[in-house]
Amino acid sequence: MTNRFRTHSGGRIDRGAPVSFRFDGKTYSGFKGDTLASALIANGVHLVGRSFKYHRPRGFLSAGSDEPNALVNVARDAARMSPNLRATQVELYEGLKATSQNRWPSLGFDAGAANDFVSPFLPAGFYYKTFMWPAGAWKRFYEPKIRAMAGLGVAPTLPDPDRYTQNYAYCDVLVVGSGPAGLAAALAAAESGATVWLVDEQPELGGSLLAERTATIEGKPAQQWLSDTLATLAAKDNVTLLPRTTAFAYFPHNMIALAERVTEHLAAPGADLPRERLWQLRAREVVLATGALERPLVFPDNDRPGVLLADSARTYLNRYGAKPGDRAVIFTACDAGYRTALDLAAGGVAVVAVADLRREVHGELPARALAAGIDVRPATVVTGTTGRLRVSGARLAKIKGGPSVDPVGASETLACDTVLMSGGFTPSVHLFSQSRGKLVWDAASGAYLPGSSVERERSAGACRGITGLQRVLEDGYGQGEAAARASRDASSPARGATPPPGASSKSFPAQADDLGTDGFIGATPHARNPAFTKAFVDWQNDVTAKDITLATREGFRSIEHVKRYTTTGMATDQGKTSNMNTLGIVAEALGESVPKIGLTTFRPPFTPTTFGLFAGAARGDQFDPVRKTAIHDWAAEHGAAFEDVSLWKRAWYFPKALPDGRREDLHAAVARECKAVRSSVGMFDASTLGKIEVVGPDAAEFMNRMYTNAWAKLEPGRLRYGVMLREDGFVMDDGVVGRLSSDRFHVTTTTGGAPRVLAHMEDYLQTEWPELDVWLTSTTEQWAVIAVQGPKAREVLAPLIEGIDLAKEAFPHMSVREGTILGVPTRLFSVSFTGELGFEVNVPAHYGRAVWEAIFAAGQPFGITPYGTETMHVLRAEKGYIIVGQETDGTQVPDDVNLGWAVGKAKKDFVGKRSLARASMSAPDRKQLVGLRTTDPKVVLEEGAQIVADPKAPVPVPMLGFVTSSYYSAVLGHSIALAVIKGGRARIGTRLSVPMPDRVIEVEIVEPVFYDPKGERLNG
Amino acid sequence: MLIINCPWCGARPEIEFRYGGEAHVARPADPAAMSDQEWADFLYNRTNPKGLHAERWRHIHGCGRYFNAVRDTVSDFFVTTYKAGEPRPDIGESGQ
Ligand SMILES: [Zn+2]
Repeated sequence: MTNRFRTHSGGRIDRGAPVSFRFDGKTYSGFKGDTLASALIANGVHLVGRSFKYHRPRGFLSAGSDEPNALVNVARDAARMSPNLRATQVELYEGLKATSQNRWPSLGFDAGAANDFVSPFLPAGFYYKTFMWPAGAWKRFYEPKIRAMAGLGVAPTLPDPDRYTQNYAYCDVLVVGSGPAGLAAALAAAESGATVWLVDEQPELGGSLLAERTATIEGKPAQQWLSDTLATLAAKDNVTLLPRTTAFAYFPHNMIALAERVTEHLAAPGADLPRERLWQLRAREVVLATGALERPLVFPDNDRPGVLLADSARTYLNRYGAKPGDRAVIFTACDAGYRTALDLAAGGVAVVAVADLRREVHGELPARALAAGIDVRPATVVTGTTGRLRVSGARLAKIKGGPSVDPVGASETLACDTVLMSGGFTPSVHLFSQSRGKLVWDAASGAYLPGSSVERERSAGACRGITGLQRVLEDGYGQGEAAARASRDASSPARGATPPPGASSKSFPAQADDLGTDGFIGATPHARNPAFTKAFVDWQNDVTAKDITLATREGFRSIEHVKRYTTTGMATDQGKTSNMNTLGIVAEALGESVPKIGLTTFRPPFTPTTFGLFAGAARGDQFDPVRKTAIHDWAAEHGAAFEDVSLWKRAWYFPKALPDGRREDLHAAVARECKAVRSSVGMFDASTLGKIEVVGPDAAEFMNRMYTNAWAKLEPGRLRYGVMLREDGFVMDDGVVGRLSSDRFHVTTTTGGAPRVLAHMEDYLQTEWPELDVWLTSTTEQWAVIAVQGPKAREVLAPLIEGIDLAKEAFPHMSVREGTILGVPTRLFSVSFTGELGFEVNVPAHYGRAVWEAIFAAGQPFGITPYGTETMHVLRAEKGYIIVGQETDGTQVPDDVNLGWAVGKAKKDFVGKRSLARASMSAPDRKQLVGLRTTDPKVVLEEGAQIVADPKAPVPVPMLGFVTSSYYSAVLGHSIALAVIKGGRARIGTRLSVPMPDRVIEVEIVEPVFYDPKGERLNG
Repeated sequence: MLIINCPWCGARPEIEFRYGGEAHVARPADPAAMSDQEWADFLYNRTNPKGLHAERWRHIHGCGRYFNAVRDTVSDFFVTTYKAGEPRPDIGESGQ
């Protein structure tokens, strides 16, 4: 393919480096330095997409990140498919493969375009109106259809093979945007010695200077000045230049999120490079030099391929050497149309006419256009275009009066292949607004400009309404100097200060066209039947001027409501090209001034950002931290299945290999493990229990206040089961506490509750009772804990222990002793969570596996059986022992779960005591912990199932409670369950029902202790 | 992301801290002497001002200390921070 629309020379493309690429299966050529958009335009391709709602053919509207139409899919392989990329930002590389989106079967013929002809049925708010009837049809019919028709691109289904990195950085002055204002600001700040970051979303730094043809700065051609300035900046150690980097979010205290695209532009990215980098940059001062965005004009059929923004067309021509067409009609409300006309004429494009919305046209640029022989028509509008897949003509008509008066006189159609429009420029205040700075309406320029700042930032150049190259450069330099000064002064105001006008210490003599602030906001007049015309405001969401006036007729007055009703400005471009025109149309329809209508909020991200950037390394194994015990690897080597308990991996059960080569299932393994513990001995890794060492002269007093139990009389060497409440009286945590000496407690907590309990203790210790002399230390990871449980537990352990007399009388149940096991120091607990004689061996974590293996070996004569959390759960449920978080949900007082005995009623105070005194906390109809037996002993209830008295009662059936734990007990030969039921204890012996989707299960309310209710086995 | 000035460690990023509710809500010395209503007020009722709010923060991923701060709930910015036990600085009751 030839580049028929390529100029003979000029531009920043490398004409010595041709690049071959594919679009929709067809091969084209471009040059290094092209974007996908400029290369397609050079090849005469404007039809690149179908619109969101009406499937209308669409071409390029702009040349930058504001592009609403030209969204494409770029695929390197099946896993590297990026949908919804703006072709105007996609850099060309050899072999690039891009496809258009939202069309079927092809771009040229799209079946969905029928929507365009039924469009009277798709008005504003059609989502809310049309699809409400019949009931149920939305889910079955409308939604899937709409999703298929109104799609953007399609996401890849394979995992993303690329790497994304995340970095933190700091600087004195961040400059966002590298146009003339940003360059001058960076220069000024850098010269003062500040560390400066200059970032720009484009592949080349320079902003608008990259498209300058005739301007000069300091006596040099603008592009020469640009490369000299960039060389000066690059040579400085205190300057970081980041092209291809979008400042997409402005967070409090000058934390700016930057998305750096590292390899997107490379034909063969090296494996050593991440695809993108997320920078979280903290800047002492920020200079926003984000420029201004050209506004489209809202006239009928302004969305045909070939209709572009005028200054974007100039960018394609001057920067990329790509002509937008052969014959251009220009429709303008400001001098930008003339600047483009002059450059087009110089570049060999015929300018058919310039229609100027303004009544009178004067000034230097129009005069030069007239002098160049261009047909300039003041007080003229474009009232429509012809053509189907490409514009073929523009209808021009004269207006009388002002822009809001209907045109008079016949229209004349001029043949052309491109229509270029300019409604003036909107300062790009997105980041300023994200920083929560206050925007103020400037009536003189018809724009919202940055007002008072909240952050330590200042705006420079066109984004604050300054025009004219020299003034922009000097403003940038002045703001850069001021930012550098402020960055050295930590006491400078963090907020509230209005940025001073740029008082530059340096002048930048420049010669360039000043476009001024002329422009138009709203829809331009036409005399055509509104039922058959579409004048687009929001190209990406297919919102027309008619949709917006309809919304105002239906009573929507706030811009926030109009926006949501019509969806204008809600596409991925966030209305960069549409917001101001929407305001103008609403203001006109309501007869209000634009600032009265209000302004919608700018939110991050400035342009769409990849999920990979946010995920960074946090995926797969790195998604969450994993905590493993010292015994984890042994368990894994012995075939354990694991479950996640908070961040811990816990051995769930240990399935044995069966003779036929298969392994036991959960039920078989748990039945075997349970029987082993009850009949001989089992061992269990309890290392994940939270552990806190409470130490100090006031440790006992502190424990007294934090737990319901009485601690003062607990002798050193004894254990006690402790219950911790929140101040509202509800059970927060529980655990066994050992008193090692008068001033030292070894506290255990639930596995998931450890950090919460420590924070709770620290809170009271630091803020309520700082006078208590107590130290709290988390020791969870210092100790490995091996529970040895069962009638043979003492026989297994005794030969291994030194310095502790394990005899029943010397070491009764609920005691703690310090000694050694195989020479390793241990805190040995005589404690049971199974109802059997039991011990917990605490050893320093590094010895955990060695001691575990030694106990396992010593237990072989007794058939010692390692068991997991599932067996632990069954064994404790057989005994009616609660698990906080399973039998409790934050609304149980101790008595509700049969722990009233653990509350030291004689104590004057403890956390939660006063709340327990409230009458409702001892009401007889509170939900109380009971046991459940199913009539059919094989039926295992579902945990969480609701319990009712009469399943046939009229809906809503009163719920009495629910099942909290439910298992099959192999030892007992029947299912068991725990439940909390209103007034449960008084119901023991009665029957209730558990209604399930397919049946009703009858249950008997029983005592919650199913096994050894007298507790005789504990003392072995 | 805000920068929060820990009175013990200095300026650190927000992710190192955890919010701890309204400050200067002291646990009553003798809870048993309080009526149910007074106790409920202590437990549940907070001022929730629009403007300056004295509140507790903990430098949980730093020194571990609880401290107090005055934050403007309109702007979300911190006005000052001070150590637990120190009185609330005299900077008015409401912002803006
Ligand atoms: Zn600290």
